[in-house]
Amino acid sequence: MTDDQVYLQKLLNEIKGETNQFALMEVCGTHTMAIAKSGIRELVPPNLKLLSGPGCPVCVTAQGDIDAVIEMVKNPAITLLTFGDMMRVPGTTSSLQEERSRGADIRVVYSPLDALAAAQQMPAREVVFLGIGFETTAPTVGVTIQEAANAGLRNFSVLSLHKIVPPALAVIFADPDIKVDGLICPGHVVAVTGIEPYQELAQQAHKPMVVTGFETRDILEGIVMLLRQLHRNQAMVEIQYRRVVKPEGNLVAQKTLADVFETADCRWRGLGLIPQSGLKIQEKYRGFDAHHKFAVPEFEDIPIKGCACGEVLTGKITPRECALFGKGCTPIRPIGPCMVSQEGACAAYYRYTPVKGRE
Amino acid sequence: MLNDRILLAHGAGGVMSQQLIDEVFKKAWNNSYLDAMLDGALLDLPPGRVVMTTDSFVITPLFFPGGDIGKLSICGTVNDLVACGAKPLFLSVAMIIEEGLPIADLKKMVESMARTSKEAGICLVTGDTKVVEKGSADGIFINTTGIGVIPAGIDYRPARIAAGDVVLVTGPVGDHGLAILAQREGLKFATPALSDCAPLGIIGRVLEKYAGAVKCMRDPTRGGLATVLNELAQQSGNGILVKGANIPVSPVVQGACDMLGLDPLYMANEGKMVIIVKAEHAAEITKDLQNLTEARQTVAIGEVLTEPKGMVLLETELGAQRIVGMLEGEHLPRIC
Amino acid sequence: MCLGVPGKILKISENFVATVDVNGNQTDISIRLTPEAKPGDFVLIHAGFAMEIIDEAIAAETISYMEEMGWYDR
Repeated sequence: MTDDQVYLQKLLNEIKGETNQFALMEVCGTHTMAIAKSGIRELVPPNLKLLSGPGCPVCVTAQGDIDAVIEMVKNPAITLLTFGDMMRVPGTTSSLQEERSRGADIRVVYSPLDALAAAQQMPAREVVFLGIGFETTAPTVGVTIQEAANAGLRNFSVLSLHKIVPPALAVIFADPDIKVDGLICPGHVVAVTGIEPYQELAQQAHKPMVVTGFETRDILEGIVMLLRQLHRNQAMVEIQYRRVVKPEGNLVAQKTLADVFETADCRWRGLGLIPQSGLKIQEKYRGFDAHHKFAVPEFEDIPIKGCACGEVLTGKITPRECALFGKGCTPIRPIGPCMVSQEGACAAYYRYTPVKGRE
Repeated sequence: MLNDRILLAHGAGGVMSQQLIDEVFKKAWNNSYLDAMLDGALLDLPPGRVVMTTDSFVITPLFFPGGDIGKLSICGTVNDLVACGAKPLFLSVAMIIEEGLPIADLKKMVESMARTSKEAGICLVTGDTKVVEKGSADGIFINTTGIGVIPAGIDYRPARIAAGDVVLVTGPVGDHGLAILAQREGLKFATPALSDCAPLGIIGRVLEKYAGAVKCMRDPTRGGLATVLNELAQQSGNGILVKGANIPVSPVVQGACDMLGLDPLYMANEGKMVIIVKAEHAAEITKDLQNLTEARQTVAIGEVLTEPKGMVLLETELGAQRIVGMLEGEHLPRIC
Repeated sequence: MCLGVPGKILKISENFVATVDVNGNQTDISIRLTPEAKPGDFVLIHAGFAMEIIDEAIAAETISYMEEMGWYDR
């Protein structure tokens, strides 16, 4: 065994030696996927529950918001640019993938700046960027809006469905039905925001939190650090992912967020309306707000029959406890968003975790 | 003299069609089958079971690092024949060309097809060209159909796969998929990855002497290694367990996949084979294959199990087992 | 939630554009969110932006930190 493997085994052994009943929640979808892909979920002892939280931006996007986007792309003047993640998410009657096949101009980009470049190349088109993601992605969209403003672009706008994480965690901690003993905090989100918002949450709820990276080693270290805090009855915010995350976060990114966005009430799938949990484009950048520019209508959230994504997203049930899991709802024919998104909890379970693995 | 670009008239069957055939196709290809100018090719086949396979090629861009659509259209069909255990013999080519394609480009593709088919030892015996209006195709679509004959004693059907067999792959996976992806509009990155596009007849010839020990062979093209392993598990009714650490992926491919949120196991290959062999011959076969330029990095990546039937599992660096599924839908770059 | 991959800054051009190397692949990203980044730095790339400068030396420190805390012997 290499030194790395020996170290991984040491971490794993400490986790396997845990005898208490603890439920740890990984907030971030990238963690959900990494935990499934590396097999960590299968290796932890049955008394340790690893729950998946509301950290997949595709999954928590409200059904009504997806329907609104689908309605918007029917406007033939609009070219919609989106991250690939959103293409297959089913709305009530259709998906972006289906709308594209019907002739809507929808393109996948890797960076919001690619959308800006597209707007410059197609002055006759209304280019709309679909802004999804949390505090990590939102500053990149913020910079893009600032650059569009500097360039005086008139045919570029953003449909902001951005959300921030701490209010959703507060909802989860307040719910007596959800038992979470510790949080594996999203490394790349905290790299932007810093640990302050989490320190408040940790104190109020008396829950230990560890800001964790995404390599197998990072996640094992994060779990060990949480267990060690639990044994000492501590509720601190620790940073495992110190090579990237500074306690104060990225001040430039925070400034960008404050300049371009303001918080607003926002609907989350599974969690409902959470006060001040969404990022709305500020008045001074109104010309770049697709909601305003195209008077995007409000769609009600029509619940999908039998779909338990809401319970999955809050860790109330594991994906296999949903009646539709694998029966009618699969990654090829997804019914709920947790099965669509690569990092959705259901898709991660379906794709990677053998049935003999723990629920 | 020909025009610079393909016109609808080049497909109308008259003088201009003839000119195109003379100037472009006959210069690259001539053999007694084509010279006979019949409506079809009359073929004499050696003894053995005949294999026929067909594939259409619709790739963007038409020219990419490591190959072009012409080379690809030969390799794809040749490798399907090889995977069936056949010696590739005859080939048909049908092209649907979009009006406006530069004739110089067409010439380059046709020359590349001629070169590759010669290298692969397969003979083009019949062909067809159609021209469609601008917008009705994307530059050019090529269909090739191949015929080959299986030498006596060879049977590479998946039903022969049994528990205990060893799974080999003839080199690192994902390079073709990445080379193509990097050329796509909208993804602005430069990669040194080259398409692995190559005809693999030589692999078939080397394996002939291991007729009984080689159970099955398949080329992991669209859908990548993961999809082919799943097909083999399902069609043979066995499970397959691969060791993640043993699957060869170049750092360049891994890095680009990490950046774009893609998985190398689902990236296309055009010059690799997955070969299932009897365990006691695995080392010997691996060594033989490693002597070939086309298969220098052949390595054993896993084994066939009785359970779980029809499924592929991967052992992670932690020693856990996870499922490797088939490709679902389009393999899209993502940020989360 | 947010995929990130480390890349090494090769050069910085005008308008906060940096050319980065990711395992041999090259791409241009924006360093508007990490204006202090300089050639040779490793940065965490997300959606075409450098989100933070990476300090790899700290990764090694974490191991010794875990060791110092002592492994539980249950």
